[in-house]
Amino acid sequence: MRSQNEFSYGGDATVKRPELGKEISDQDWDNFVYNRKSLRGKHWELWQHLSGCRQWIKIQRDTATHEIFKTLKANEEIS
Amino acid sequence: MQKYSVFSLVKNAFSNHENWDLAWKDPTPKKEYDVVIIGGGGHGLATAYYLAKEHNINNVAIIEKGWIGGGNVGRNTTIIRSNYMHDDNALFSEFGMDLWRRMSQDLNYNVMFSPRGIINLAHSDAQMNTYARRGNSMRLNGIDAVLLNREQVREIIPMADFSENVRFPIFGGLMQPSAGTARHDAVAWGYARQADSMGVDIIQNCEVIGFDVSAGKINGVRTSRGDIKAKKIGLCVAGSTNILAEKLNMTLPIETHLLQACVSEPVKPVLDNVVTFGAGHFYISQSDKGEMVMGGDLDGYNSYAQRGNLPTLQHVLTEGIAMMPFLSKLKMLRTWGGIMDMSMDGSPIIDKTHIEGLYLNCGWCYGGFKATPASGWTFAHTIAQDRVHDLNAGYSLNRFNTGHLLDEKGLGTKTWIS
Ligand SMILES: Cc1cc2nc3c(=O)[nH]c(=O)nc-3n(C[C@H](O)[C@H](O)[C@H](O)COP(=O)(O)OP(=O)(O)OC[C@H]3O[C@@H](n4cnc5c(N)ncnc54)[C@H](O)[C@@H]3O)c2cc1C
Repeated sequence: MRSQNEFSYGGDATVKRPELGKEISDQDWDNFVYNRKSLRGKHWELWQHLSGCRQWIKIQRDTATHEIFKTLKANEEIS
Repeated sequence: MQKYSVFSLVKNAFSNHENWDLAWKDPTPKKEYDVVIIGGGGHGLATAYYLAKEHNINNVAIIEKGWIGGGNVGRNTTIIRSNYMHDDNALFSEFGMDLWRRMSQDLNYNVMFSPRGIINLAHSDAQMNTYARRGNSMRLNGIDAVLLNREQVREIIPMADFSENVRFPIFGGLMQPSAGTARHDAVAWGYARQADSMGVDIIQNCEVIGFDVSAGKINGVRTSRGDIKAKKIGLCVAGSTNILAEKLNMTLPIETHLLQACVSEPVKPVLDNVVTFGAGHFYISQSDKGEMVMGGDLDGYNSYAQRGNLPTLQHVLTEGIAMMPFLSKLKMLRTWGGIMDMSMDGSPIIDKTHIEGLYLNCGWCYGGFKATPASGWTFAHTIAQDRVHDLNAGYSLNRFNTGHLLDEKGLGTKTWIS
């Protein structure tokens, strides 16, 4: 068990940057930069072990109970 | 409606205060209303009140899933101010300040508005410059602002730490003398009582679980107590905005985050104003009962928990003790949390939507209590006239698309650090 203080939050992990060099709409860009689902319940999000190994990880957490269901490395795809 | 006055108080004393009228009724929902407001917080109640008072629209229902005042309106630290730099925020909030000054008379309900002044402390020369700039912008918009030097601050807040070798010495501060606090529950109850007296149905314990939308138009809501029809629906659900947006297939520039606050045991008067720490996120005032009312950072990750975790509280109170060391001697009485509709530029949204008859009021972050009257007033206008008022024109939903952001702090889209 590590203290919560060691970790820092990085936001919604399902957000994907539109592909570089590809024609995209304003809406696609808005969805990337601003629009978020932010629902009650299971939420995939990024955390960094800032005061530790400094790795970024993906965590699936319940936003009402804080229960953690799954974790992934930053480069692993959410299935 | 029974008018509250010293005479009604004396009269009711003779019957041991057992014969006061109920402040609002408990009606069974009708099948249809002209306007349905979702959310019985400050903003929903104020909207219904101004719909009836300013626009003669009385066939209105407020639908509240719990009880009125159980959300953020009853959980906030009641700071009321208009010390903004951007015109849209400044003019909107200053319009609200005027409504605050008249609110107790207007509602015939003592909301205990206390314009005791707010002081934002500065801890560096750079911060003093920033405050000078903000103060000047405020004054250009007709808002009172005074730049205080270290000695002036010391006179007003002797309890702050003015010793020499501190990590964040106090250089001075920016004061808005007309800012202050009010009794938050009274604001909800005062608006509810007047709205009810003008014919608004306040329906509690009724959750909106879905919407009836067809051909791009809103027709009504589905609730835990049956379907209710309305051609116009206003969404005022603060921290629950994302949940209802999903039911409308809308994704909004909003995230839901948790903010905590706490009060200490009551002590004798030590602090006359609202004070904010400038080297972090901490603010404090003293309630009429003597408790020190304190708050600061968000918990820092999306949350619907409505109760906070200890690390943030410890962090916030460490800042408080750095600013006012005597706080370390106080016992904590209560802590609590509320879920905030954090917008991506820190400013709210009061607007129409792409669905005809559906109006949106959200994105209040941790500053929506002070906005209660102005938000209700402008939202009522937007709903009644089906167009935004000049005062809320800047609070459009599509500003995120056009780039006309109102990012007062210049923090960008990391809602959880704002
Ligand atoms: C700890 C804390 C401190 C704060 N301090 C300040 C401050 O000092 N100054 C300031 O200006 N602001 C402050 N705020 C922010 C302010 O409280 C909010 O921005 C404001 O109260 C939000 O508007 P409201 O009153 O309408 O929200 P709420 O009172 O939260 O009203 C929303 C209502 O919608 C209801 N609802 C939700 N979903 C549904 C549904 N599906 N169906 C029916 N009803 C539903 C909820 O039950 C709730 O009653 C603070 C907030 C917190 C939590």
